[in-house]
Amino acid sequence: MPMRKVMKANEAAAWAAKLAKPKVIAAFPITPSTLVPEKISEFVADGELDAEFIKVESEHSAISACVGASAAGVRTFTATASQGLALMHEILFIAAGMRLPIVIAVGNRSLSAPINIWNDWQDSISERDTGWLQFYAENNQEALDLILIAFKVAEDERVLLPAMVGFDAFILTHTVEPVEIPDQEVVDEFLGEYEPKYAYLDPARPITQGTLAFPAHYMEARYTVWEANENAKKVIDEVFAEFEKKFGRKYQKIEEYRTDDAEIVFVTMGSLAGTVKEYVDHLREQGIKAGAAKLTVYRPFPTEEVRELAKKAKVLALLEKNVTFSVGGALFQDFSRALVNEKEKPILVDFILGLGGRDVTFKDLDEALEISRKALAGEEFEEVNWIGLRKEIL
Amino acid sequence: MAVRKPPITTREYWAPGHAACAGCGCATALKLATKAFSEAMEEKFGDPNAFAIAQATGCMEVVSAVFPYTAWKAPWVHVAFENAAAAASGVEAAWKKLGRKGKILAIGGDGGTADIGMQALSGMLERRHNVVYLMYDNEAYMNTGIQRSSSTPYGAWTTTSPPGKYSIGEDKPKKWVALIAAAHQIPYVATASIGNPFDFVKKMKKAAKVDGPAFVQVHCTCPTGWKSPLEKGVEIARLAIETGIWPLFEIENGDFFNIKIQAPGGGAKVKREGGRVVAIEFKKPIEEYLKLQGRFKHLFKQPEAIDEMREQIKAMWKVLGVDVTLPKPEE
Ligand SMILES: Cc1ncc(C[n+]2csc(CCOP(=O)(O)OP(=O)(O)O)c2C)c(N)n1
Ligand code: SF4
Repeated sequence: MPMRKVMKANEAAAWAAKLAKPKVIAAFPITPSTLVPEKISEFVADGELDAEFIKVESEHSAISACVGASAAGVRTFTATASQGLALMHEILFIAAGMRLPIVIAVGNRSLSAPINIWNDWQDSISERDTGWLQFYAENNQEALDLILIAFKVAEDERVLLPAMVGFDAFILTHTVEPVEIPDQEVVDEFLGEYEPKYAYLDPARPITQGTLAFPAHYMEARYTVWEANENAKKVIDEVFAEFEKKFGRKYQKIEEYRTDDAEIVFVTMGSLAGTVKEYVDHLREQGIKAGAAKLTVYRPFPTEEVRELAKKAKVLALLEKNVTFSVGGALFQDFSRALVNEKEKPILVDFILGLGGRDVTFKDLDEALEISRKALAGEEFEEVNWIGLRKEIL
Repeated sequence: MAVRKPPITTREYWAPGHAACAGCGCATALKLATKAFSEAMEEKFGDPNAFAIAQATGCMEVVSAVFPYTAWKAPWVHVAFENAAAAASGVEAAWKKLGRKGKILAIGGDGGTADIGMQALSGMLERRHNVVYLMYDNEAYMNTGIQRSSSTPYGAWTTTSPPGKYSIGEDKPKKWVALIAAAHQIPYVATASIGNPFDFVKKMKKAAKVDGPAFVQVHCTCPTGWKSPLEKGVEIARLAIETGIWPLFEIENGDFFNIKIQAPGGGAKVKREGGRVVAIEFKKPIEEYLKLQGRFKHLFKQPEAIDEMREQIKAMWKVLGVDVTLPKPEE
């Protein structure tokens, strides 16, 4: 019987790691992710998790050790956030290029400077071009589930890419919620043993991994990362369906909420999706035709689903906790690209909010609504809007 | 007819066909190191192939693994420039979990070890991974075109330590990474040289057989970066030992008081006290070593720089507990 326990998202991530039975974990503490390696240490110390836990001296070595272990053919896990993920940056490309299905739990946190430990998505969004799959959790249950899902997708032979699962710093990492811990047997059935076909460092059948490629081969190698990302779209749907069958919880790349007759749809990710759904209910009570959409999967980018969503709304209001300078947010860029050649397309309005842990309140969302309504009414509007900015201290 | 057993296995792990420069001393070092490793694995586990290699970016990596070819006949992985030690940590942890017997060999150049990879190396040694770290020391970043590293010796020309009106070339003494490694109190640390291949092989085997981390720093010539004759690699490396420039020693379990200094040969007179080398009177002047290499050519116009080099060498030996006399060339 699945067990229900009240826990933080960090603990949920550690539980997911325990259930996935990685053979090697290498991690380094950083707020807000510190509890993940701490909890895993306890599991290992108590013999509940039979893994080698490498207490590395930095995140750079954490991910490097994960690459080494994954290249040797074992399931591998780590957790980090913010500066830690940034320190891994170089090796993230390498892990994807070497097609190693490592999973990282990311406690989504802002980047310095100024130093700030609170939530936004700038850390993992900044890694969107590394080739890694990216999932974002709305709550602690999703943090656990998506890590299991990430392993399954990452290790699929059609994919073989590393994956990160983001959950918002403090809003989730340190907030307790009831989480259902699935039965080990069911997880075992779902995930199975990881049996690498291409990555192993076995003296009985020596292979060379991580070579140099001249211009004659480099592009093809990078293309396979592209192709694997494309393949992942279908695999993710399959794995979501299987997960639902086994565990009873439904996931979709884009989860829609009251979008059917919506004129304005608020699009977001992570824990903000919960707030936005509530806000939509609040608007509906006033007769405003609003809906919400949540990206559970950000990489591979769910282009087809975005196009379907776009058919339903007149305005897509993108609520994002990240900045791509002089462009707006990353979602704005991605949505623009997905829709640019569509004949009928909604208006896109971008909102940068909640950076560095700034609360996103209904009042902020009202501001976004007002601008979106202007756009809907054909009035002039700014494409990119910083919401909740304290102009008086600028 | 009696068949003599070859002094070292004929098995090859670093196969011909790699793209290293002609006369590359580091390629020789890797060839010997893997052979030694194989012998150690055979003796320890009964399986000559019971090892895998994790290697840093650098000359020896790019020349050996050009897709779709490989010069490696052992399982081999390259991750990046600064993380061979961390990648090796991961491989070792995976092997432990897989119950695979054997040992991991991490390989890095002086740049990938003494500079950018120092942190990962320290972490790996401190965590006591069952890994032998081999630092092949060609005394500069060769892969990117001969830039100085912290292992570049005093006075040497490199593209980033060019001699000039206000420069004698590299102006800092060489960093002694073997001593830093030994400070981690690991089971085994040694310096070696391709100028003494039998000693190098012996040390690699010893390193491979200890349980826990070991560090070997092998001095190897780079004719391209040292501007030295292709065919004189071993001779030059040997001169480094015989003139006092390159000390050969072993430190076990971080015990600096029992540092095992080797006699350098070349006619040097060695004084011992209670089995311990306390003084060496070198017979060959360092100029014999320097003059075979274009990277030191400019020093011959500045003899005071060579004298300064002698002082630095004495100071270095003093750290090792040895009083040395270094001759000047006969006028
Ligand atoms: C982070 C990073 N910085 C710089 C480089 C460029 N780079 C590759 S190899 C190398 C020098 C290697 O020097 P060393 O370790 O001494 O080995 P050698 O080439 O001499 O064999 C440099 C600077 C890199 N690959 N990665
Ligand atoms: S540059 Fe030097 S170290 Fe590199 S392959 Fe050539 S000789 Fe060897």
